[in-house]
Amino acid sequence: MSTTTEDIRQSGPPVQTGISDWLNVNVRLWRLASFIVAAIVAAPILVVTLSWFTPAGDVWRHLVQTVLGGLLLNTVVLMLGVGGGVFLLGAGLAWLTTMYDFPGRRLFDWALMLPLAIPAYVLAFVAVALLDFSGPVQGSLRAIFGSSNWFPPIRSAGGVVAVMVLAFYPYVYMLARAAFLAQGRRMLETGRVLGLSPRAAFLRVALPMARPALAAGVALALMEALADFGAVAIFNYDTFTTAIYKSWLGLFSLPAAAQLASLLLLFVAVALIGERQLRGRARYHAALRHGRDQRYRLAGARAWGATAVCALVLLLAFIIPVGQLFSWAWENARIDLDARYLRFFLNTVALGAAAAIVTTFCALLLAYTYRLKPDRWVAGAVRFATLGYALPGSVLAVGIMVSFVWLDRQFAQWLQSLFGIAVGPLLTGSLIALLLAYGVRFMAVAHGPIDSSFERIKPSLWQAARSLGASNREILWRVSIPLLRTGLLSAALLVFVEVMKELPATLLLRPFGWDTLATRIFEMTSEGQWERAALPALTLVLAGLIPVVMLVRRSSSQS
Amino acid sequence: MRYLKSILLSLAMLSSVTAFAADELVVYSARNEQLIKPLFDAYTAETGTQIKFITDKEGPLLERLRAEGKNTPADLLLTVDAGNLWLAAKQGVLAPVNSKTLRTNIPAHLRDPDNRWFGLSVRARTIVYSTERVKPEELSTYEALGDAKWKDRLCLRTSKKVYNQSMVAMMIARHGEAKTEKIVKSWVANLKTEPFPDDTKLMEAILAGQCDVGIVNTYYFGRLEKKQPGLPLALFWPNQKDRGVHVNVSGAGVTTHAKHRAAAVKLLEWLSSEKAQNLFADENMEYPANPKNKPHASVAAWGKFKQDTINVSKAGSLQVKAVMLMDRAGYK
Repeated sequence: MSTTTEDIRQSGPPVQTGISDWLNVNVRLWRLASFIVAAIVAAPILVVTLSWFTPAGDVWRHLVQTVLGGLLLNTVVLMLGVGGGVFLLGAGLAWLTTMYDFPGRRLFDWALMLPLAIPAYVLAFVAVALLDFSGPVQGSLRAIFGSSNWFPPIRSAGGVVAVMVLAFYPYVYMLARAAFLAQGRRMLETGRVLGLSPRAAFLRVALPMARPALAAGVALALMEALADFGAVAIFNYDTFTTAIYKSWLGLFSLPAAAQLASLLLLFVAVALIGERQLRGRARYHAALRHGRDQRYRLAGARAWGATAVCALVLLLAFIIPVGQLFSWAWENARIDLDARYLRFFLNTVALGAAAAIVTTFCALLLAYTYRLKPDRWVAGAVRFATLGYALPGSVLAVGIMVSFVWLDRQFAQWLQSLFGIAVGPLLTGSLIALLLAYGVRFMAVAHGPIDSSFERIKPSLWQAARSLGASNREILWRVSIPLLRTGLLSAALLVFVEVMKELPATLLLRPFGWDTLATRIFEMTSEGQWERAALPALTLVLAGLIPVVMLVRRSSSQS
Repeated sequence: MRYLKSILLSLAMLSSVTAFAADELVVYSARNEQLIKPLFDAYTAETGTQIKFITDKEGPLLERLRAEGKNTPADLLLTVDAGNLWLAAKQGVLAPVNSKTLRTNIPAHLRDPDNRWFGLSVRARTIVYSTERVKPEELSTYEALGDAKWKDRLCLRTSKKVYNQSMVAMMIARHGEAKTEKIVKSWVANLKTEPFPDDTKLMEAILAGQCDVGIVNTYYFGRLEKKQPGLPLALFWPNQKDRGVHVNVSGAGVTTHAKHRAAAVKLLEWLSSEKAQNLFADENMEYPANPKNKPHASVAAWGKFKQDTINVSKAGSLQVKAVMLMDRAGYK
């Protein structure tokens, strides 16, 4: 029986050749467009890599001699904890809500995505405020028991991991949910008919089939955890990113910081490519679902157990933090809330929506070109274009800014020499630059869901469409796009929410007057006024509900 | 081609209009919006000069100035911490300003020896203690917080915050590296718990009884005091018999490639003037840099103190050494 999933996975024609071999499209044009997109996205990453031309031996020697060992250990602990945690929580919850019926399931189905709208550093601050020695929880414990020394310290590895798992599990949840929904029940029932227990069917059929989605989700969570600086700073938990910022701001060596950052990228690239290699020749095409699947109905204690688990996660990751933000915001709303908040809100939503469209479109372009002709060049371009997400935000923001300033200068010189026109900077300080920057930062976020839904499409569908006389355009719009719809929506939603939360690039590249809710949070927190930051943070969470609700309505109308 | 040219021309005009409008100043600021906007509004009301500004963290702002080079729209860089100002000057993005007004208004130790930046408000970093568990007579100097009697009673903020880096840099300037490292190690040995992410959290820990003494910037204390009047915490001015209390500045300099240099100098002079100094400092409960101005009443209530008069630019030139020293001493 051990071959069940293998047999299923390896059905279908080999895709190595790419669908362009029998789909009569102008591959060159697609490739050209993809390379241009990849080049723009990769330029800032290249800027970071160029740092190796500037020696920074002193800083390196110091770091290696003092803190680097501990930082690496901390980072490994963080990776293992967050990776394992988001996988268990994300995939487990997705499995519960897609396959079973229990009290509150319809609510949890979408509500479990809500924590996406809360930036990790906000969650971290709330956790520390509530659970540290001076917080209300330990305070009441001391009032009752006289001592709270037995309480596990929140500012510890365990605390950071817990907060990041709660902040980042929705990536895995969203993608796994889409994958489980798309798999439908048929594959699983085949496994059951062949004699697998329900558990074995989940572990050996459903999970392996969802691998592209799960890998994409876990990869996003890990990249986010690696790049994070805000949350780890609140815990004073030093990771590799800490070394990057220390080199830059403490030791005044941006080159050393960029060198460290490019090592981080190298590590991420190797990990991602390794995961691909381990998949080998496995295929993940799923049959199309027909109609609505019946969910297994849980009864009695198991039903309420499922409800309790979902409720607990929602409580910890969303309801309690939002409640705390609300109470802080209430205290400060009188002095801070004014008409400008409408402006911040609109700016935030406008930037999020525009960036979601642009980035999703570019990611679709890259993923589609790869499917047309998956050769080494396109694969390399895609890989490179999606690395930016693992870079600490401020480092990438500076890389983006430096490359844009360079482009501006080239363009100005070109104009000067050709027409004798003198111009100021066009890109830097413009909205276009900001949208491009979001594209660079969040290409991986859009690419993950789109790519994993491409993985599920059987190439024979395209062949069938072709043999039925569909034109290229029809194949794209009437076959591919509808099949990718969940993936595209997830991609757009994720980018939307990420852009709303994004800070370093927004701060550095926003045009005059384009303040957003995230920059408002920064204004408050930069001088430690966290409680006053609750008002913009809460508004940000509310704004984040817009895309989540949009996605929920779409995906429920679909099934 | 003509079509293209007209597009390019209009683009060019657009960009020049947005970037270089006539009587309008552009400020890059690492001091946050709610602290600078009231000032700029007052200046605009008084002189009619419009001020546009971008806020960001010091590091990225400085890189932006460097990358933009000659094309930068920024006329003035406003930032916190002398170390940041020192670095900006060292990297050549600030130009010297030879102004008698500024030299008169701002004491020598609070500005760049080469006149490229000027401190505009003073931030004192001092000792805070629990009035319930500590008598002020037990306290004397920063250095003495390493004494055995403070074992498991001391709380510190993270060494990654520039305020602590500057403070240790100034100690290196006084004591040299070897002695400073010993002092920092003795602090670390006395720590009750992991260093805190900010000063407020540190003071809350003292209030909750986790530890008894710590080092904070006074305005954080002021903010907490405002929220909880009569709280059992007090400030102590250390080292009054020797070097004085460690002070830092927030300050500003005119950029090297300022498009409106004269206007920028004028704004800088205005910021240092008696008229503006209280507006600048009081909003954040800091001390005015101009000695003619008195601090706000609630700030003055903490008492007078002698401040360290080593030039604050030392915080910059010795910062790298300070950071490395704190890493060696295990101060996280």
